[in-house]
Amino acid sequence: MSPFSTLLARDLRLSVREGGGAALALGFFALVASLIPLGIGPDLKLLARVAGGILWVAAVLAALLSLDRLFQGDYEDGSLDIIALSPLPLELGAAAKIAAHWLSTGLPLTLLSPLLGVMFGLPGAAIQTLFLSLLIGTPAVSAVGAIGASLTLSLRRGGLILPILILPLLSPAVIFGAGSVATALDGLSSGALGLLAAFSLAATLLSPFVAAAGLRLHLN
Amino acid sequence: MLRYANPAKFFSLSGMLLPFLAAGAALCVALGLCLGFTAPPDYQQGMTVTIMFIHVPAVIAAELAYGAIAVASIFSLVNRHPLADVAARTAAPLGALFTALGLITGALWGRPMWGTYWQWDGRLTSFLLLLFLYLGYMALWNAIEDETKAARAAAILALVGAADIPVVKFSVDWWTTLHQGESIMSGQIAPIFLKPLLAMILGYQLLFLTLWFIRIRTAILERRARSLMQAAP
Repeated sequence: MSPFSTLLARDLRLSVREGGGAALALGFFALVASLIPLGIGPDLKLLARVAGGILWVAAVLAALLSLDRLFQGDYEDGSLDIIALSPLPLELGAAAKIAAHWLSTGLPLTLLSPLLGVMFGLPGAAIQTLFLSLLIGTPAVSAVGAIGASLTLSLRRGGLILPILILPLLSPAVIFGAGSVATALDGLSSGALGLLAAFSLAATLLSPFVAAAGLRLHLN
Repeated sequence: MLRYANPAKFFSLSGMLLPFLAAGAALCVALGLCLGFTAPPDYQQGMTVTIMFIHVPAVIAAELAYGAIAVASIFSLVNRHPLADVAARTAAPLGALFTALGLITGALWGRPMWGTYWQWDGRLTSFLLLLFLYLGYMALWNAIEDETKAARAAAILALVGAADIPVVKFSVDWWTTLHQGESIMSGQIAPIFLKPLLAMILGYQLLFLTLWFIRIRTAILERRARSLMQAAP
């Protein structure tokens, strides 16, 4: 097995075992999505109108839950030093961890989203768009989040600062993601999914380099 | 430019420049206010057009301040110069202040013009996000105790933000727009309004430079005082 896939497999195993963030994020996502109708009432027409935005915001917040631990555990127990010293470039190490984070949070959220879409009264085409937009967009959440996680590594209150750093940066993903669902709901097609894909690709491509630079700050 | 990156050199040079910058800022703002308040009421907006003279320059200063932080961050990452760190850190609260000023005056202008203080419109929203970017940047600076580490982390964040701001702006514009388009360059603005506006824009930028230089000088002095305290038995 290559070092990259070893690291990826290790992080995935850690995420599903006790204390891992995968189940937590999924539960949080489902819970927020279930609380919203309790807050704004059971009117399915209204719920369908706001579903795209709410599910997108819930997905971003759910991914945030486990982001502050993305590098922190490895930093505290010294594994990050080993990863940095290994023949694997730190950029690829960061990419493996980002991929593992997406596979353990973004992907499960995406897979659950059609069910929540049905519960929010979305028609079939809009559910399809919701699914696609989360599939395309959630990698950007993990990628941009990794930048924030690398910069706030070694901070005691890192988990509090992280959202302030990355949520404004992620606003395009929310806008395009929720926008694509809204236009699909109106039976229109828009370039939102394409724009979301562009944002997501750029973020996923660049963030391992930035995150590695951030990690190097904390490694001596 | 790097010649002046030496804190001592910067200190003496900025000391010489400061009185001129401050006087220039005061003159321009005074001139702009005089011209602005004696300008006739706009045929559509009435007297509320005078809000433009304090709103537009603040918005421009807020954007330029982020540009200043981004440029200083490049110098900080590439040249590893402490003066660049100080310059970036001290510009942030000023930028946040001008952003807040732009938002507040915009809200006060929006009430008589659009009939609402707040509108989820493209420019308003992207400016609100800019304010959050400033706050996050300042929070990161304050959170990391080790000063060099904080400087590098903040510089990385500032550059990521600089790359993201155009995308945020584009996405928010795509989302919706109500705010009027840009009208200074396209010559749609009457000279009687343009003159005070330009004076105010210049005045605000000079004011920003003045305050920025004072803040950098204070930070340099602070650092000197701290090292003297540590050196003392």
